[in-house]
Amino acid sequence: MKQWHNLLPVLSILVLLGIWQVSADNLNSPALPTPNAVATVFWTAVQSGQLPYHLGMTLVRLLVSFTIAMLLGCSIGIVLGRYQRINAFFDQWLIVFLNIPALVTIILCYVWFGLVESAAILAVVINKLPNVIVILREGARSLDQDLLEMARCFNFSKRKTLVYVIWPQLHPFVMTAVRSGLALTWKIILVVELLGRSNGIGYQLHVFFQLFDVASIMAYTLAFVVMIQLIELVFLKPLDRKSLTWRR
Amino acid sequence: MNDIHISIKRKSYHDLPDVSATIADLDLTLSAGEFVCLVGPSGCGKTTLLNIIAGIDKDYVGAITMTQHTALKIGYVFQNPRLLPWCTVRKNIELVLTDPVNGQDIDDLLADMQLTQVQDEYPERLSLGMARRVAIIRAFAINPALLLMDEPFVSLDAATARQVRTLLLKLWQHRPHTVLLVTHDLRDAIALADKLIFLSANPMQVIMQIPVPIARADREDEALIEAFRQQLKSECSALMTYL
Repeated sequence: MKQWHNLLPVLSILVLLGIWQVSADNLNSPALPTPNAVATVFWTAVQSGQLPYHLGMTLVRLLVSFTIAMLLGCSIGIVLGRYQRINAFFDQWLIVFLNIPALVTIILCYVWFGLVESAAILAVVINKLPNVIVILREGARSLDQDLLEMARCFNFSKRKTLVYVIWPQLHPFVMTAVRSGLALTWKIILVVELLGRSNGIGYQLHVFFQLFDVASIMAYTLAFVVMIQLIELVFLKPLDRKSLTWRR
Repeated sequence: MNDIHISIKRKSYHDLPDVSATIADLDLTLSAGEFVCLVGPSGCGKTTLLNIIAGIDKDYVGAITMTQHTALKIGYVFQNPRLLPWCTVRKNIELVLTDPVNGQDIDDLLADMQLTQVQDEYPERLSLGMARRVAIIRAFAINPALLLMDEPFVSLDAATARQVRTLLLKLWQHRPHTVLLVTHDLRDAIALADKLIFLSANPMQVIMQIPVPIARADREDEALIEAFRQQLKSECSALMTYL
């Protein structure tokens, strides 16, 4: 029974592939290539070095913009959550930035700063930042006052209070921001690359779209989805597990 | 010399002047090394008073005078244990120490409170009684000059409460320091204190300060404690409501 349970994800993937195969066979159109055709294209692209190069460029942009957005967003979010006056002032800004469409920020960044790498990164950061701030602000608001008083009473240093009292309470909020952030960021990066960069997955998808090369589009997409899943499995899941040890 | 003077002109949770104060014109002196119990009706502001003395609550009119040394070494046993749930029992105790950790001291305290077996557990896996004892160890671990305790025996069963009481006295005699303990149980107060301070509510003020005349050696004797309680009852009609 337990083993059968473990096989469930594999089975579900196989069913999905089966549906894909049957539909592609029936349609018999270049608009929907078979899984086999996509796999062949994927392998060729890997061997030629094209796919690893563009995937790498996108991942670097993801890493840089994501790190900047998380660091800035955490700091601003904590400040807004702790100081009501500052929050009352910046709340309006936050609402404005939360509601600006990603596409607008990207276009404006390119118009104002030119088609350069820093403009691309900036556009992604601006898109992601309000989201992180809102989540962390919620976390900073819900800090346990009793524990903070305890820390003050026992003369905890600033560092000790941050590491042992505040950070563990913010951890679940940071993980939420990371998860939602990762999904949001890479989708925005593809648009950024499509509009103004000459490499990366987004740029490639643009090229394939013009060539009507559906097999390549699917191969690149799959590569990226697998990559994000790997990040989830290798980095995020262990972090989750570590934070759960103390719970009943 | 190391006496602690508490003088609170006014403490109120509202800014409005016409709303009645929680504490008004309260003056207290705690002699160095003295064990003092505060007795008063629930909701009269005892916890507020402890928070002010601990320096957590600074929003009051008045002054608390104590030496710098005392101010930096205040141990506080809160009404709820307030342990960090993500740190083990031992880590919770170690965290309050600033100097390189003296493991032996913590070992001794843990053994005294019979918590050696659970020192690597997380607080959420402990019973409330155990968590309270951890909180007491934490307050003791810093070698406090002033120990504040807010109803430390509440929600402990009778046997555990007695055990914690005995240990508390043992530790206090071992390392002398001033203790200010809040309780609503007069028997606990008589069994532990050098001096009882009775408080009134709305606003909180001192009604009476009474030294406990029973020798330390005789404090285990329930009959003596009960006799003193009856004596207080008959002599001081003003205290009727608290007895």
